[in-house]
Amino acid sequence: MKSRLHVPRAPARPGEPSDFSYLKLSPAGAVRRPDVNAPLEELAPLATQLVRVLDDDHRAVGPWDPHLAPADLELGLRHMVLTRVFDDRMHRAQRQGKITFYIKSTGEEAVSVAQGMALRPGDMLFPSYRNQGLQIVRGRKLVDLMCQLLSNSRDMCKGRQLPVMYHWREGNLFSISGNLATQFPNAVGWAMAAAIKNEDRVAASWIGDGSTAEADFHHALLFAQVYRAPVLLNIVNNQWAISTFQAFAGGEAGSFAARGPGYGIPGIRVDGNDFLAVYAVTQWAAERARKGYGPTLIELVTYRAAPHSTSDDPSRYRPKDEYERWPLGDPIERLKSHLIALGEWTEEREAMLMKQCEEEVSAAWREANTYGSLTSGPQLDPATMFEDVLKEMTPNLARQRMQLAKELKRS
Amino acid sequence: MSQMNMIQALNSALDVMMARDPNVIVMGEDVGYFGGVFRVTDGLQRKYGEHRVPDTPIAEGGIVGTAIGMAVNGLRPVAEIQFADYIYPAYDQIVSELARLRYRTGGDFYAPVTIRTPCGGGIRGGQTHSQSPEALFAHVCGLKVVMPSNPYDAKGLLISAIEDDDPVVFFEPKRLYNGPFDGDPDKPAVPWSSHPKGEVPEGHYRVPIGSAQVVRPGSQVTIVTYGTMVHVCTAAAASMNIDAEIIDIRTIAPLDAETIWTSVKKTGRCVVAHEATRFAGFGAEIVATIQEECFWHLEAPIQRVTGWDTPYPHAFEWEYFPGQARVRAAIEAVMEES
Repeated sequence: MKSRLHVPRAPARPGEPSDFSYLKLSPAGAVRRPDVNAPLEELAPLATQLVRVLDDDHRAVGPWDPHLAPADLELGLRHMVLTRVFDDRMHRAQRQGKITFYIKSTGEEAVSVAQGMALRPGDMLFPSYRNQGLQIVRGRKLVDLMCQLLSNSRDMCKGRQLPVMYHWREGNLFSISGNLATQFPNAVGWAMAAAIKNEDRVAASWIGDGSTAEADFHHALLFAQVYRAPVLLNIVNNQWAISTFQAFAGGEAGSFAARGPGYGIPGIRVDGNDFLAVYAVTQWAAERARKGYGPTLIELVTYRAAPHSTSDDPSRYRPKDEYERWPLGDPIERLKSHLIALGEWTEEREAMLMKQCEEEVSAAWREANTYGSLTSGPQLDPATMFEDVLKEMTPNLARQRMQLAKELKRS
Repeated sequence: MSQMNMIQALNSALDVMMARDPNVIVMGEDVGYFGGVFRVTDGLQRKYGEHRVPDTPIAEGGIVGTAIGMAVNGLRPVAEIQFADYIYPAYDQIVSELARLRYRTGGDFYAPVTIRTPCGGGIRGGQTHSQSPEALFAHVCGLKVVMPSNPYDAKGLLISAIEDDDPVVFFEPKRLYNGPFDGDPDKPAVPWSSHPKGEVPEGHYRVPIGSAQVVRPGSQVTIVTYGTMVHVCTAAAASMNIDAEIIDIRTIAPLDAETIWTSVKKTGRCVVAHEATRFAGFGAEIVATIQEECFWHLEAPIQRVTGWDTPYPHAFEWEYFPGQARVRAAIEAVMEES
């Protein structure tokens, strides 16, 4: 027998029936919740099981139930609905030609919202480009996000970044690079500094299943373990990296969470569409980090319901109905059903919440547009492009700025 | 003042800055317990503790990637990349993240990281311990790039780099660590104690980044150079009885072009010399800027003296190295009356 190259295949392509038989699930409430100081061997099963709290009857069950007050659940629901409404409106704005590019987080709202809520405001977040829920949780004004998307006169990035690459210094939200995985070691370094300074703040970062293939992912895990950095390293396994199925990042060989124990870091696999489970796992990992037990690798199993970006057409590479058949459902529907089962919510209130969010987004969009866009004023002065390359402008940049001013005068 | 070689001067800069600012930390492969393969960080871990002088995994991308995060959290990391030849795994973090963080956030975030790295040949290091990749960093917007040629400048520039709020890639010509080197490997080594720039203040002082220095005033030809080649060019010009004005640019980026232009307008002739390869080397940028500003003052085409466009060959190190003969040939060519 000779060797034969194995090229992974997606379970289903367009025209084929969706197939999620590869997905390993655990029943809600079935996974043990070890103490945060438990030894690595005791934590090992967490890397392959799936932490779930919400059962099929929409009840919260098992040791990972975070026992959140109904007001917190309602807040979580509100953040998720607002995130989805915001995403839909901005996607439409791109289709209308108002912004050049957009990335939705549809179907993955529980990841950012539950994780953001489980962390403290002083904790530093190093997001990927599909974490807009973190901005919402931290109270970033929608207008500010929209001004960035419009590259207008109030764009926090001064027109220098592709839409969605937000940052918010006061909100402890790091700049989204646009390059993949680079934020992972940055987060570890930030956490190392927190430990050097003996603070109790922790860092958290997010990466996709596809970009775990980058060297930065491995550097981050290694440094985090070596120095026991207080950091939460989150892999959002949404199954797809544009058209590339997660098997090409090594997903066939086992769970992504299982990468952790190889480095000496506990890995936890969690139902990423279960708000309560995501909250509980994040809270557990943050407590571990804060108490000095070091990093945790969290794999959030979810599904990218949206296209990769507005430049992408997923109907060309995956079955159209995949998301409808996704075994872990929709995060907003599941939390809503739980609140209704608790007697704390109704369809009427849900409809009202939706309407409120739509109005909030529309009002913000109207305001943001008064600050301009790429095509209509007010706009940034092009001369500002020469600022912030370095702290002080260098003579060659000053000369180029003058040259541009002349060019613009002539044209 | 005391006599220091370049290693001691760099060590002194780190020591001075660590004592003054608790946010300064030193990190890198072998820098902690052992004190660095070239001894630049010797004694620092003993004095300031493991938390401020940690050894790191052998992962340059991880070293720079984590240093950026530390800097964002208020520290001033000085990261050592053991040889400039090993810096490429960190290139993405340097180019895409470190250099652009300030720009892409409109000044809201920045990362004051200093990356120290020994460069250059002349130590029988072969093609993986001899490179001079400064041009690859000079081409990147948002970085400062520095290469000192003597202990006094090395200490003053390293202090400036650590205090700078912008990222600095700090190249240390390793052939100069223990003494000035005029390009002749057969001569006995000369210590820095015999050189005026081996006199180094013990305390804090700065040599400004972005400022070239005329190391020898002259009238007949301008030689623009940096690093090891400052000493080679000085010796070559002296051996020819030529009144050369020698400029050590010291900072690659931002380049102090004014000092170069002023000199070339005076002498009308120019040789640009560096150890790195020629094609798209940093010398090309220097030549271009002289051509733009000084064309009507030039009496002859500008000459370039460089390493060849090959990797640094182990066996033919001295045929590769741009020694005095190559410099003299260039000076002769530029001095020829047409």
